[in-house]
Amino acid sequence: MISWSNFVSQLFNGLALGALLALISSGLTIIYGTLGVLNLAHGAMFMLGGYAGYVAYEASGSFIVAVIAGTLFLGIVGVLMERVVIRHFYSRPHEDQLLVTFGLAIVYVEGVRFIFSSLSKTVPPPPLFTGITSLGFMVYPTYRLAVVGIVAVALLALFLVLYRTRLGMIVRAGIEDSVMVDSLGINVDRVFMVVFGIGAMAAGFAGIVNAPVVSLTPDVGEAILVQTFVVVVIGGVGSFTGAVLGGLIAGEIISITSMFNPGYAYVMLFAAMTLVLLVRPQGLLGTRGRE
Amino acid sequence: MRDRNSNSNNSGRREFMRTGLAVAGGLALPAGFASRVLAADQPPIGTWPAGSQGDSVFIGIAVPRTGTYAVQGEDELKGYELAVEHINEGHPLIKAISPKTKKGVLGKTVKYGVADSAAKPNDAVQAQQRFITENKAILLTGSTSSAVAVALNKLAQREKVLYVAGISGSNDTTGKDCVRYGFRQNFYGETAANALGPVLLKAFGKNKKAAFMTPDYTYGHTVTKSMNDFLTKNGGWTMVTNQVSPLGAPDYSSYLTNIANSGAEFLINVNWGHDAVLSTQQAKQFGILPKMKLVIPYQIPFLAPEVGPDVTEGVYAATDFWWTLEDKYPLAKMFVEAFQKKYNYRPEWGAENAYMEFALWAEAVEHAGTFYPPDVIKSYESPRKLNSMVGEVEWRAADHQLIRPVIIVRGKKPGDMKNKEDFWEVTEIVPGAGVMQKPDAFGCNLGAYT
Repeated sequence: MISWSNFVSQLFNGLALGALLALISSGLTIIYGTLGVLNLAHGAMFMLGGYAGYVAYEASGSFIVAVIAGTLFLGIVGVLMERVVIRHFYSRPHEDQLLVTFGLAIVYVEGVRFIFSSLSKTVPPPPLFTGITSLGFMVYPTYRLAVVGIVAVALLALFLVLYRTRLGMIVRAGIEDSVMVDSLGINVDRVFMVVFGIGAMAAGFAGIVNAPVVSLTPDVGEAILVQTFVVVVIGGVGSFTGAVLGGLIAGEIISITSMFNPGYAYVMLFAAMTLVLLVRPQGLLGTRGRE
Repeated sequence: MRDRNSNSNNSGRREFMRTGLAVAGGLALPAGFASRVLAADQPPIGTWPAGSQGDSVFIGIAVPRTGTYAVQGEDELKGYELAVEHINEGHPLIKAISPKTKKGVLGKTVKYGVADSAAKPNDAVQAQQRFITENKAILLTGSTSSAVAVALNKLAQREKVLYVAGISGSNDTTGKDCVRYGFRQNFYGETAANALGPVLLKAFGKNKKAAFMTPDYTYGHTVTKSMNDFLTKNGGWTMVTNQVSPLGAPDYSSYLTNIANSGAEFLINVNWGHDAVLSTQQAKQFGILPKMKLVIPYQIPFLAPEVGPDVTEGVYAATDFWWTLEDKYPLAKMFVEAFQKKYNYRPEWGAENAYMEFALWAEAVEHAGTFYPPDVIKSYESPRKLNSMVGEVEWRAADHQLIRPVIIVRGKKPGDMKNKEDFWEVTEIVPGAGVMQKPDAFGCNLGAYT
């Protein structure tokens, strides 16, 4: 089944898949890089964003309203989560952080299942992006094409916040050495809250943007979470650009491998992660010694 | 001498009379009583007799309530719950299937515990092991994934506790992984293929090109093989691509891109649960549907409401049960009415399968007259016709597979639906015996009773 047109199609497909993975992973990596908390609830937050958007869509019929609602709702969830639970775990061992975020994930997933049941929900793409577009060498769902653009814009916005604002500078400084930032008189506590909120918003945004591509179920974040971790490990923990690069690489690995033997698509993804861990343990764009 | 002779004659006569009375009594007594007497002499086995000494017996149920198969697991669970309720109250539907049932099973109330298997074999085995140890479960059930069914088969045989499969479509469950302690009511890959195959050839003709989507475990591989074998041998169809994906894959775009470039005319989707929903929805997004014709070899409960009747319109599927069979079978009507009254929707085939598994187990135990597992197994194995929601059925002793019809359905046009659950029309009811492989064709060796 290896033909030139299929190869190009899969390259393109990998780009679309990778863009989504990059967006979800960027939130995870920023949170871990700054706060040192490995957020196992990130997949569940991605799912929450989708459902919040779904509710907004059902109420308003507008996809834009859904995207805004999904993103803002997760911003609020993120801030609340950080203030009420997560901040008490900054100084506790990693195992405790893993357990508490894992527990929160279960609460979110089962809470959603309780309200919406396990039957899948769909959010249709906006009318402008429905249907199929011919690219010459292949036809492709128009909305997926749009997703590449939407994600690129979102990632650019995140990049500007992180690299062109004072807040971003503090966040990046916090990733490198939060104790030093604190001793410079900056209220690290508040920065942490904002960072967690931004990370959560990225997950929520990805959740609702992804909703028309996958149908929503309470478990939608579970499988994504595993891939997201792979992306973060490949790209380098705490590295925003690493998350983007890792996402694109993961997307291409899955797509290209599936062309030769679909059964090995995920095996190859994990093989690539293992290879990166062996050759460059800090990840492709990570910094050695960063936790 | 004489005395001795006379004594000997007397004792011989007494012996004769005693034996005669015993034989006559044995004939007069219900068969169950005799085997109970025999069973009582047996050493303990599995959870017997501890699990059935009180006034209730316990069933361990492990169904997926989370994960890819959660929706189907919940439906299945409802079927089990309704069956237990009916068994305990001696409902006419249970009595129609198990005529000796009064209330409960052998007069004992049936209780049960439920665990979430998430369709993972390890989770299911751990939960059932707990039910065996802590609750002295005398029956295990649940699957909705053949990987789980095969694992529980092995647990059942090791622990000597009966297991009746929930939804399990793999040929292996009563094929190479069959066990003496395991039983399966529902249809499976081979019967699905042999029932659906001729329908496809008749509807679409020979020499077609098909793309398969296959979940990467025993169910997927065996169903795809059976379906492809039939279409290749009998219709000259070609499998142009087989896209194997892991259970619970979050995205199917890579696989669908391969299919879009394969030149296939048919998309035979063996994926199940939410995997089937997602892959079908994404196939539509990619324009593969309706360009290619969708075929569902192994029906997925709730697929039609989840992907929409515009996608399932004209789609052929093989299944165990569809609620409109109520027009043909009185027991199906009783079941659909009772289920709908309790749960406010019409049952899918997972619920029907669950209900039938318990009803047939109750029948087997009542017929044996004991909970002693080897006797219950022999009761299952002794040839007799049984009532079911799809007419007369019977167990095949050699592999513990129920001989039962396969139902072929075709998706209705949205405009033809008479109510919001009227997604499928039954086009054929294919008798079971003709679509089954020989009992040993898939390497079944049941193993020991004790």
